[in-house]
Amino acid sequence: MTVSPNPKDNPDADTVWVEHVALIDSVPRWLAMLGLAVVVILIWDLATARLGWVSPIILPSPGETLSDLIFVGKNLLSGGYMLTALWTTTRTVFWAFLIAAAIGFSLGVLVGETKFGERAVMPYLVAIDTMPKVAFAPLFIAWLGFDIASKVALAAFIATFPIVVSTAAGFYAASENERMLFKSMGANRWQTLIRLKLPTGLPYIFTGLKIASVGVMAGAITGEFLGGGKGFGALIRESASMLDTPRVFSLILYLSILGLTLFFLVAQVEKRLVFWNKADRPGGVA
Amino acid sequence: MTMAGPRPLTAGPAAQLRPVYQIERLSKTYARNRLTALTDVNLTLNKGEFVSVVGSSGCGKSTLLKIMSGLLPPSAGRVVLEGRPVTGPRDDIGMMFQQATLLPWKTTLQNILLPIEMRKGRAAAKVAIPRATELLQLVGLGDFAHVYPSELSGGMAQRASICRMLISNPAVLLLDEPFSALDELTRDFMNMELQRICTEQHATAFLVTHSLAEAVILSDRILVMKPRPGRIVEEIIVDLPRPRQLEMINTPRFGEIVAHIRDLLGKEAFQ
Repeated sequence: MTVSPNPKDNPDADTVWVEHVALIDSVPRWLAMLGLAVVVILIWDLATARLGWVSPIILPSPGETLSDLIFVGKNLLSGGYMLTALWTTTRTVFWAFLIAAAIGFSLGVLVGETKFGERAVMPYLVAIDTMPKVAFAPLFIAWLGFDIASKVALAAFIATFPIVVSTAAGFYAASENERMLFKSMGANRWQTLIRLKLPTGLPYIFTGLKIASVGVMAGAITGEFLGGGKGFGALIRESASMLDTPRVFSLILYLSILGLTLFFLVAQVEKRLVFWNKADRPGGVA
Repeated sequence: MTMAGPRPLTAGPAAQLRPVYQIERLSKTYARNRLTALTDVNLTLNKGEFVSVVGSSGCGKSTLLKIMSGLLPPSAGRVVLEGRPVTGPRDDIGMMFQQATLLPWKTTLQNILLPIEMRKGRAAAKVAIPRATELLQLVGLGDFAHVYPSELSGGMAQRASICRMLISNPAVLLLDEPFSALDELTRDFMNMELQRICTEQHATAFLVTHSLAEAVILSDRILVMKPRPGRIVEEIIVDLPRPRQLEMINTPRFGEIVAHIRDLLGKEAFQ
């Protein structure tokens, strides 16, 4: 037997080889995020300020956006008119979320727990859910006026459906074994609902609440676009109509803080309440 | 050996026998598909006895267990536990399932107290804490009372579910393939634990299983069931000495009994 010239092919030697490790695996998360941001901003800067490929009316340069961000930030911190607008939108989002959670949860229990809900109510909910819900905005304005109420209604309307579906799914989630256990312990329907189906369904319900937290933001801003009022959506629309794109960008960025806050509040409550669910949350974000 | 005749009275000296669970002429027909799941099932569980039922899937053993646990009504026949007909779930029936089915949001102790809490409320559950702690010691989980189920291994979780079954001092233990989800070594060990616990508690136990070896090593009697329609075709008295040990698996007598049951079931399986 001839010894192969490559020691890697020698069957008598120790089988030594190294598993390939992707570069991204050795980079810490914050560095990867920062790196991507730097690259995007650099390309953005090149395309706008340096090379002038894109007109500033369409896309402002990073520098312009930053200075406008600072201006808006100052206005917000000094309690200017923008803070009033942000507060209006915050109230809209808050009430819409509460209403959507209450109605969504109740309908979800009805659909998930009763035959009547499953057979009679669910088909209508699916039918309404398939409609473009934004199209209802003019109706809400006609019914509730140009004040905050019509925006709350639209935002709640959009956010209700994911909560209904996830709550119903959550109430189905208890396994056959668990149901049998409760039956064998002589548990009545109410006990099974409160002690088994509700806790089992909580992770599902929170998934719905997180989707809803994004939905109320979209609903509130759409409502403010279409129905005017004094919210952040109205500010954005005004700036856009004056082709003040840097302002639009910085308003959207500040608005995203509101959305993120709501999302993380929901996620924090979930962490406390569903402490036993250690299902992998990708990247620890949600 | 064809159909089982009247029950042989050879299980032990007649003076010691006290019937706990009695089933006579039990049959179950599912109205939905007019399927006869069980026909003319007769069995008696005596105090302190360990009886197993084996059979291929679809032979009605799960249906039998559900009727015995009061989860399913019989179509005809008598189903009597401790002199009272079983007409629904009862707190003198202890059940154990394939999965431990511990609630992940409750600690081991809270899980064990759950049956008490359900039937008699939180105050009664509080009173039962010493008893639950005692049971945890019995199954070797003394240090795990305040741990959540996610931190228990499969075998430990099943031990906790044994405690939950025993907490209300049931007259009969109904075991539905309790260790079939565990690996084989753990399973053997848990079977020995089960024997020890049943002996210490003088429990009357009824086990449904797929494993012939498990049935033989644990049981005083084995009922062999066959499907279409589900019925008991033979009762086998396991005359291996007690306490049973795993090494008995290697004895000729053990082999004979397993071979006999396999022969009985095999004939049906290929028809």
